[in-house]
Amino acid sequence: METLHSILPELIRIIVCGICGAVIVFGNALVMGYAERKLAGHIMLRPGPMEVGWHGILQLVLDGLKLMGKQLVVPKMADKPLYMFAPLLAFAPVFVPLLLIPFSDKLQGFDLDVGMLVILAFASINVLAILIGGWSSNNKYSLLGAFRSVSQNIAYEIPMLLSLLAVVFMTNTFSLREIAAAQSPVWFVVVQPLAFLIYIVSMIAETNRAPFDLPEAESELTAGFHTEYSGMSFSLFVLGEYANMFIVCSVATVFFLGGSSGIPLPYFEYTGAVWFLLKVYALMFFLVWIRWTYPRTRFDQLMNFCWKYLIPFSLVNLLITVVVVKLI
Amino acid sequence: MKSYFSKLFTGAWSLILGLRVTIKAMFSPIVTVQYPREKLEITPNYRGHIDLVKDAETGTHKCISCGTCQRECPSDCIVVVGEKREGVKGKVLTTFTLDFTKCSLCGACVEACPTKALDYSNDYELAGTARQEFYFNILKRLEERE
Amino acid sequence: MNVEALEDDRHHRFVLNMGPQHPSTHGVLRVVLELEGEYAMHLSPVIGYGHRCHEKIAEHKPAKSFMPNTARMDYLGALIYNQGYAQLLEKATGIEVPLRAEYIRVITSELNRIQSHLLWYGAYLLDLGAFTPIMYAFDDREHILDILEDVTGSRLTYCYHRVGGVSKDIDDKFVTRTREFIDRLRSRFPMYEDLVNGNVILQNRLLDVGELTPNICARYGVTGPLLRGTGVAYDIRRSEPYSVYPEFDFEIPTETKGDAMASFLVRFREMEQSLRIIEQALDKLPEGLSMAAKVPKKLKIPAGDYNSSVEAPRGELSYYLVADGSDVPYRLKIRTPSYSNLSTIPETCSGMLLSDVVSAMGSLDLVIPEIDR
Repeated sequence: METLHSILPELIRIIVCGICGAVIVFGNALVMGYAERKLAGHIMLRPGPMEVGWHGILQLVLDGLKLMGKQLVVPKMADKPLYMFAPLLAFAPVFVPLLLIPFSDKLQGFDLDVGMLVILAFASINVLAILIGGWSSNNKYSLLGAFRSVSQNIAYEIPMLLSLLAVVFMTNTFSLREIAAAQSPVWFVVVQPLAFLIYIVSMIAETNRAPFDLPEAESELTAGFHTEYSGMSFSLFVLGEYANMFIVCSVATVFFLGGSSGIPLPYFEYTGAVWFLLKVYALMFFLVWIRWTYPRTRFDQLMNFCWKYLIPFSLVNLLITVVVVKLI
Repeated sequence: MKSYFSKLFTGAWSLILGLRVTIKAMFSPIVTVQYPREKLEITPNYRGHIDLVKDAETGTHKCISCGTCQRECPSDCIVVVGEKREGVKGKVLTTFTLDFTKCSLCGACVEACPTKALDYSNDYELAGTARQEFYFNILKRLEERE
Repeated sequence: MNVEALEDDRHHRFVLNMGPQHPSTHGVLRVVLELEGEYAMHLSPVIGYGHRCHEKIAEHKPAKSFMPNTARMDYLGALIYNQGYAQLLEKATGIEVPLRAEYIRVITSELNRIQSHLLWYGAYLLDLGAFTPIMYAFDDREHILDILEDVTGSRLTYCYHRVGGVSKDIDDKFVTRTREFIDRLRSRFPMYEDLVNGNVILQNRLLDVGELTPNICARYGVTGPLLRGTGVAYDIRRSEPYSVYPEFDFEIPTETKGDAMASFLVRFREMEQSLRIIEQALDKLPEGLSMAAKVPKKLKIPAGDYNSSVEAPRGELSYYLVADGSDVPYRLKIRTPSYSNLSTIPETCSGMLLSDVVSAMGSLDLVIPEIDR
């Protein structure tokens, strides 16, 4: 009884955080799905969804219902256990990083000392999900998409890590809350603009968004690794992708844009989340804007860009940071 | 070495120019029309399927059942049948059907008609559920318009 | 696929079917690729999925009635196909076309060429993954389609040119709208250059992809913007002039490298040259008839062989007619440009990455119905 009494607050806290995490994932998919389609429409000089609800605002809700009602088709001779497992693997690892992100001073699930490493580790599980999904579909197009994504994601994790390390060297900690709190007078984007740019580019590559969306290249490979998935399996991949976008944009906000700092509002320990979400969604708007503007890079050019441009620049940046920190 | 940096800067600048174009388009008015709710005005010269022209003086069609349109049609879609009635000069048109599933809208019938009895209609909303809906009875359509 | 091809060192390749239904083969074309990893080592195109026996139909219909079929072969260059066929019959029967009708033919054909190039531009960029330039290109294309709809009555498969002229005359509204359109398109070119042509990602996708040389073009019979991209300034409107083209002053854009970027730029500049031709034609438009006065209803063609070539948006289009004195031809042979352009891909595209194959095929500007006829 004593032990239950002492762990009950923690238990309730974990459950509440889990529920909030789920709300964030689904709410983010609703908002981002709608925003992407509307913004894509306006960039293309057309209105986007307009039928369902006022200016199409209920479109994603009905899309979710439709996808849930579709038949889950398993292709003949596909590896069924792996085929059913891949979307779960794409969707499940988004919950833990969401618990680690400091939405404001008091709104954080857990604060680990090695928060950044945990987030990067969970982000790389996505690669495995894509590979399993592509392989088990028994489809040559999916296979091509899957093995492109493996080399792409593994290669772009390096500049991501190196650019974040530059900030870590300045603040001497991996914990996300302390990094957000250390940006009081000036945000790190002013001090480390190069690391910010490198992080943004590798962020686009990690989430498989255009112009780096070769794994799901729509016009070459007819939807790449998720060609054979329909219904809920497909929507799990999509939810995973949007949640991944949210996580990497939040990491960018925490590391470079000052977390939840901004013009003070009443109850700022809690309402700082408003500034945080504004910054995250500004970065996501930027991602959507880029997707609808540029064509797709070719695969070897993508790898060349990473190895010949991003990694040297991030290494040089890291070196300069270390030297400057040591001198100051 | 110099080309490494110059390629980087020209490339980055071209990307920014592209972004400028799209953001300007994002805030421009849309150019599409929400079809079932708003419709565009269609030009009167649009070539829909043919219809018999109503003559202002007689109040009916000008067809003399010569069958020229039937002979000129490359796809054999028109059937014209006329009969001789007593007391009436010339033939009386009894059947004029168009098989629109074969028509290629070439206009040979309209141009060949000696009395200019045929003209294009403006019908463009022609979706149907059965092939028989496209076997138009042009004479009946004229009578329904009167 | 012959089985002996897949043996020895080729046994670790796998066969991928870029099948008749694929987002980036424009029409029903099947390309059987042998991939080694991501490199396409061997390609064999399989055509015939859209064969509709047009040449056989021509042997059963009176020659004058074949006009709508010519529009269905290349739906994007329908007016130019119409013009070629009308020219063929006029050459065969000796009917003279009034000058005003020739000018109208040139104006509408050049508008058609611009429309075809705009659609190619948008669809090619869609293949490469840029989703918005197609919408901007279609926005401009809608203006052309509205202008042509007003005078011809159709939007895509036109049947407007007749033996002896054109079926309907143009009026002042057409002239005003076309002049407005010319100004509008000229003001849009800088936007296209900013968004697409200078973009570093696009340049990396297009440079050195699918290199053609004048030798390859001569062996396969490649004409059109692909040939002009290799440096040979061959355009039927200059080399074997037809209609009233000798009266206009326009350039033939050429590039030297012969890769996808070269043909891309050639087509882009051809749009500007077509605008110049239209402007000059509108300025010089004479009064007169739009259709020859005496065209017999039953057009009997004297026995013999007749030939007519025009410059279609994709290359040289030729008609060859063998007539035996009646009004139904004995044989009509149509030489379409995309058939020859497609046959270069086994030579130029082997050993390329899959993305490059898509890019090279898009730069060939294929329209499959005109290959299959």
